[in-house]
Amino acid sequence: MYTKKVMDHFQNPRNMGEIEDPSGVGTVGNAKCGDIMRIYLDIKDDVIQDVKFKTFGCGAAVATSSMATELVKGKTVIEAMEVTNKAVMEALDGLPRAKVHCSLLAEEALQAALWDYAKKNGIVIEGLEEPKPFEDHEEEEEEEEEEF
Amino acid sequence: MNKKIYLDHAATTPTKPEVVEVMLPYFTEKFGNPSSIYEFSGQNKEAIEEARESVAKAIGANEREIFFTSGGTESDNWAILGIAESYKAKGNHIITTAIEHHAVLHTCEYLEKNGYEVTYLEVDKDGLVNPNDLKEAIKDSTILITIMLANNEVGTIQPIEELGAIAKAAGVLFHTDAVQGVGHIPIDVNAMHIDLLSISGHKLYGPKGIGALYVRKGIKLRSFIHGGGQEKKRRGGTENVPAIVGFGKAIELAIRSMEAESKRQAELRDYLIEQVLERIPHCRLNGHREYRLPNNANFSFEFIEGESLLIMLDMKDICASSGSACTSGSLDPSHVLLGIGLPHEIAHGSLRISLGEQNTKEEMDYLIESLIVIVARLREMSPLYEDYLKKQVKIER
Ligand SMILES: Cc1ncc(COP(=O)(O)O)c(C=O)c1O
Repeated sequence: MYTKKVMDHFQNPRNMGEIEDPSGVGTVGNAKCGDIMRIYLDIKDDVIQDVKFKTFGCGAAVATSSMATELVKGKTVIEAMEVTNKAVMEALDGLPRAKVHCSLLAEEALQAALWDYAKKNGIVIEGLEEPKPFEDHEEEEEEEEEEF
Repeated sequence: MNKKIYLDHAATTPTKPEVVEVMLPYFTEKFGNPSSIYEFSGQNKEAIEEARESVAKAIGANEREIFFTSGGTESDNWAILGIAESYKAKGNHIITTAIEHHAVLHTCEYLEKNGYEVTYLEVDKDGLVNPNDLKEAIKDSTILITIMLANNEVGTIQPIEELGAIAKAAGVLFHTDAVQGVGHIPIDVNAMHIDLLSISGHKLYGPKGIGALYVRKGIKLRSFIHGGGQEKKRRGGTENVPAIVGFGKAIELAIRSMEAESKRQAELRDYLIEQVLERIPHCRLNGHREYRLPNNANFSFEFIEGESLLIMLDMKDICASSGSACTSGSLDPSHVLLGIGLPHEIAHGSLRISLGEQNTKEEMDYLIESLIVIVARLREMSPLYEDYLKKQVKIER
């Protein structure tokens, strides 16, 4: 079902983890649909020095987030804007059709992190749009958790 | 361990070598059409009747009440569509449950689009139908109640005898999809008041693409596959003789070993459940603890997603399944897990283990150890787990 590259990024995810006090962080998706991605950026002098991700989701979701972080590391903010879902998919040698939305989520997570960075620093990144607010259904969840 | 560990017997089972062996001659030297006149074809007719007897015996039926089909799906379709049509003068209402297999659910949905009314009974958090709900749902126009014997995902076994008695008292026909139950738990169509029952060959170590529908004597059921006069004119098409013979052998073997095997598998299951619940935090068992198939364990692991879990298990040569959306190709997780009231995010993190005759305690230990590592690894990657931990730290402060 998955290409070798997808399997490789799933089995050996690059840049998985957290960054303390990141320059920007973005979380997208929702638990209801089964995909959540979070990307942390460490940006200095307009260049992405470090990037980390965490993902709740299927094999493709993990692989696309891993690949997206690979593609933006060391890039300038403007260059990072070019890392679209298409670029991520191509770098992974393609995704099954039902999993294309995972690559979109990776793009969105990246842009949400860039948005956070821009907002914190009072800058405008051309072409960047405000991400949809992330909700993880905390209120509803609380009660259910008792059962565990 | 360097061999594959197959823990997905609810999906399908390997065909037993003894079963394959009895099937083989019917492909080559005994290839005759059972409807032909000459002697060598007549033997095939006998072989079919022997298999029919084995199937009948397995569920306490008469062989005249057994009709061979292409499998569980066809049996379910035939039972529901057939009764709907044959009894439409009496009414147009059907009662089923929210956690049926799609072979039943989608057939009912099809009927809804064609002028029938369907009630989908809710189940409780363990997957059980409340018999009172069934009683209350029955109306004058109710012509069929179809409730599965045992659920293919969470393994819950319904109080079929009680439900059947309610149907009988109300004078409504009662169908049960027993695909996951036959060969695993004792079934008697008379004691359980079952009028129609679906069976599938490949879930009991028989071949795929063969099954049967039990139809109680006296029930009007129109033919579903129109054609030749096979199966007493109720199911046309030249019989799949090798598959029928294999199915007959498989069901006979399954019934013979049922008592000992289900006891052995239930012990493995209980060991697995106990260990997993004890050793993996934020984990729950789905389905009823007691009224469950001897070979089924279904867990939800919070903060992780099922497909990732399955791929990681596969990397350790363990085959299992999940009710997560990603494995079903839709955006929603399994209707069964939602039906027992799980929130979406917890349904996504489900894992179904279904045991079989070849599985051992050693394999359970390997599975348990693998799960501990994999679940921890996926949680380490999960933003949900990160948020949970941060929330815990906040609470502690
Ligand atoms: C409960 C149940 N009903 C029906 C079916 C369909 O059976 P078959 O694969 O023989 O069509 C299955 C198996 O997938 C099942 O588990």
